[in-house]
Amino acid sequence: MTQVLLEARGISLGYPREQGWQSVLEDFDLQLAPGEVITILGPSGVGKSSLLRVLAGLQQARSGSVSLLGEPLQGPHPRLAVAFQDPSLLPWLSLEKNVAFGLDFARQPKLAASERRARIDHAIEAVGLQHAREQYPAQLSGGMAQRTALARCLARQPQVLLLDEPFGALDEVTRADMQQLLLQLIARHNTAAVLITHDIDEALLLSDRVLLLGNHPARTLGQWHIDLPQPREQRVEELGALRIDILKTLRRASRASEPDSEPLPLASETAHVPGRLHPHSS
Amino acid sequence: MGKHVLHGALGIAGLLGLLLLWWLGVQVFGEADGLSARFSPQATLSSLVELLGQGEVYEHVWVSLKRILIGLLLALLIGVPLGLLVGSYRHLEAATTPAFQFLRMISPLSWMPVVVMLMGVGDQPIYFLLAFAALWPILLNTAAGVRQLDPRWLQLSRSLSATRRETLCKVIVPGVIGHVLTGVRLAIGILWIVLVPCEMLGVSAGLGYFILDTRDRLAYSELMAMVLLIGVLGFMLDALARGLHRRWVHA
Repeated sequence: MTQVLLEARGISLGYPREQGWQSVLEDFDLQLAPGEVITILGPSGVGKSSLLRVLAGLQQARSGSVSLLGEPLQGPHPRLAVAFQDPSLLPWLSLEKNVAFGLDFARQPKLAASERRARIDHAIEAVGLQHAREQYPAQLSGGMAQRTALARCLARQPQVLLLDEPFGALDEVTRADMQQLLLQLIARHNTAAVLITHDIDEALLLSDRVLLLGNHPARTLGQWHIDLPQPREQRVEELGALRIDILKTLRRASRASEPDSEPLPLASETAHVPGRLHPHSS
Repeated sequence: MGKHVLHGALGIAGLLGLLLLWWLGVQVFGEADGLSARFSPQATLSSLVELLGQGEVYEHVWVSLKRILIGLLLALLIGVPLGLLVGSYRHLEAATTPAFQFLRMISPLSWMPVVVMLMGVGDQPIYFLLAFAALWPILLNTAAGVRQLDPRWLQLSRSLSATRRETLCKVIVPGVIGHVLTGVRLAIGILWIVLVPCEMLGVSAGLGYFILDTRDRLAYSELMAMVLLIGVLGFMLDALARGLHRRWVHA
């Protein structure tokens, strides 16, 4: 039995309407193992960002529960670090101070000054921004700003990294760089991560497991284990087959959700895994 | 870098052009009876050098700067808390905006007779008028700063388990300071303009007083020297306020 770091059970999301409730996401389950990278993939509007906020303890779900290391999650937790879509840097602080931001907060674990120093230096070095530590956010490019945000997460040495489309606003080259950087950092620190994205390729390149959300209200349409070593750019064939499989599942689901059509039986734990990809057993 | 040098050079050329126009103006429109010659750049500059050589002018500059500082501090003391309040509550903002806009558009100088009647002559009415003039840009910019606080900053501080106090001290206050400094910069511009006429209110020191004094002594080249000095000091104050703002926002 592997240890479970972060666990979500029966999460439902929605928002109040004039009459009753509009459900957005229903019955979402997740179990994140140490060192594992899970991607939650889905089209816009399935509540992915809200889901991540729930996993981060920043928002209450309508129902369901989240626990971290077996303890129910009551709110933001020092062991969890969140990287948002936007780098959210504070413009009046230098890059270095932005990375350090929050380390000395009362509810964070107490750190000796030397340890704090070392963590900041290490995090800045890990994202390759030693040359820019005195610069201010207005002077940073989009990629540098996103690296800074990542360093801010790393400095806290979290056990779980939650990432909400952190590379969505970057150009393709920078994006590929950042994906590689993220993988290296996750491997080096043995951090587990949950990544939200609507980009299938990003999901295929980065994760050990892909959860596909779709439909209205959204459910987990399928789940794929990807057992390919990094770097994966060369494995076009295997990834291509998987890509088609994911797209098919998504299409079938959207067809099934149209009125007057036969509902399609959708197992939430389906594992369509061609070639070297191992089916997921739960 | 080359662009900065070019812009600097163009700025200096513009100032020299102004000097040339001044000189031409006196040459063309002045009569050769000697009175207008006292308004010329040459006479003004030599008077300025002479004035700066004596101690008296420093006294007046110091008094004026002190008044600006006190007026600004009073405006900050009232304007920042009020701005924080107004920016935080939509209803309060709706209730106060028309009144503030109305008061803001009344020239502070038009209150002069009323203030002198209430407070008598001396420094007090000057402080009041200066604070009143500087209040609006500070108040309105502070309120705008609160409204424009980036919700992502607040989300970040929540995700880092910040306490209320940490959020206030490390996110909200620094986030608003940039806007307050914009208000201060605008306020300094207004203060400097309002100061000189305010100091013509029966006080016995300050740059405004000194202008009237030179007029009464028929020392016109000194009068022009004071006009020049007021311009230079105002220019420097504005540069200082700009520098302060830039240092904070690093834009």
